[in-house]
Amino acid sequence: MALLKKFRQLADARKALTKVSEDPFRVTIERLLSPTEAVVNGRPMILAGTNNYLGLTFDPQCIEAAARAVREQGTGTTGSRMANGNFIGHLALEKELAEFYGRRWCDVFSTGYLANLGVISALAGQGDVILIDADCHASIYDGCRMSGAEIIRFRHNDTADLHKRLTRLGKRCANTLIIAEGIYSMLGDRAALVEIAALKQEHGAYLLLDEAHSLGVLGERGRGRSEEAGVEDSVDFIVGTFSKSLGATGGFCVSDHPEMELIRYASRPYIFTASPCPSVIASTRAALRRLRTEPELRLRLWANARRLYDSLKELGCRLGPEPSPIIAVRFGGGEEAIACWNSLLQQGVYVNMILPPAAPDGGSLLRCSVSAAHTPDQIDRVAKAFASVKATFSP
Amino acid sequence: MARYETILPQLYEILRPHGQDGQALSEETELVADLDLDSLKVMELLLEVEERFDISIPLNIVPDVRTIGDFARQIEQLMEHR
Repeated sequence: MALLKKFRQLADARKALTKVSEDPFRVTIERLLSPTEAVVNGRPMILAGTNNYLGLTFDPQCIEAAARAVREQGTGTTGSRMANGNFIGHLALEKELAEFYGRRWCDVFSTGYLANLGVISALAGQGDVILIDADCHASIYDGCRMSGAEIIRFRHNDTADLHKRLTRLGKRCANTLIIAEGIYSMLGDRAALVEIAALKQEHGAYLLLDEAHSLGVLGERGRGRSEEAGVEDSVDFIVGTFSKSLGATGGFCVSDHPEMELIRYASRPYIFTASPCPSVIASTRAALRRLRTEPELRLRLWANARRLYDSLKELGCRLGPEPSPIIAVRFGGGEEAIACWNSLLQQGVYVNMILPPAAPDGGSLLRCSVSAAHTPDQIDRVAKAFASVKATFSP
Repeated sequence: MARYETILPQLYEILRPHGQDGQALSEETELVADLDLDSLKVMELLLEVEERFDISIPLNIVPDVRTIGDFARQIEQLMEHR
């Protein structure tokens, strides 16, 4: 009995939540109608919380590539690349991602979570230091723990705090990996990357940037925050995911350091996981081609993001610090966020609910993610649903 | 160099607002059990302590800190290795 006792607290929390709310963990997408619409829990719903930034999940070229791969190569790889070998698509995707970023090396992982776990835990070890932005994603925290390195947080996007901590480390900076995110997943704000890159150079540390939410979103060619900020040369390792702009599942890391090629031999999350399915690799390659050749997708995404951000700001919602495809509406207490989330769901709008302690500063969030595939009318319907929620709960 | 004996009173000063009114603090006071600090408060507390002693506290040591005395010893060690 004692083994399972710890789940009692979780069960109580869930019971309390489901007394006043639909269970957010039981949201079931019964039927997808398009990249931005679905039947959810029996109701037609605008999907405004799915990270489908370029709306490519139903792209005909991506679907055709995936279907062809299934027909020709089967449904799965049934093992890891280390034991069972590479499929030719794995190698082709690594080459294409390396070319896209202008880097020499690329390792593909089975998920974005595993990419962070695998790269961070292989790069840093006992005696090394990792400096992470306090708002970094859980996969980064988990990778840091797995590494055995000393983990030191710096205040979110506070480069003065980062500078102070690097100075304290002195000579140990040569063994230090700084980690930041291009766009932070909670509040949708960008990394202060110009300053971070300068500090990294000044102190002789290494820099890893997670571009999960900024690939295909920022930069002239869609390479992310490091391209937008003009500091690609200062970023040693870029980690990304296929599960957002590229509409599939998987992750990668690119770098010019030749050790990148060796990381795959030292990374347990790479070695001991089944490699990505041929269909996933095929649709990702097709999506990457669309991302590279159709900058208008990004323009549409940003027009939608600004439209929703401005509408919600006009309503008086407390938002993240800048417009971005992640638009977080901030609440002080969990109760108000839960009530608003339920009301939005009733009105056919699905967003993400983030409750303490997952949200920054102990607050709560309703997080929207905008897609290039949303129509202006859908964006306006999302804003209208928030307007009615505001009237009901925050007079 | 700050020693354990000089660190302790400074920790009491930082922690006093987190305790109940009139709660006596000692080396044996437990941060979670006695002061009822949740994870968010622990993080705030770390930042305050880092500022006060001009150190960076690795997250790795947090699980080893149960009492105020444990905390003072860890701070002493971090200051020695600075």
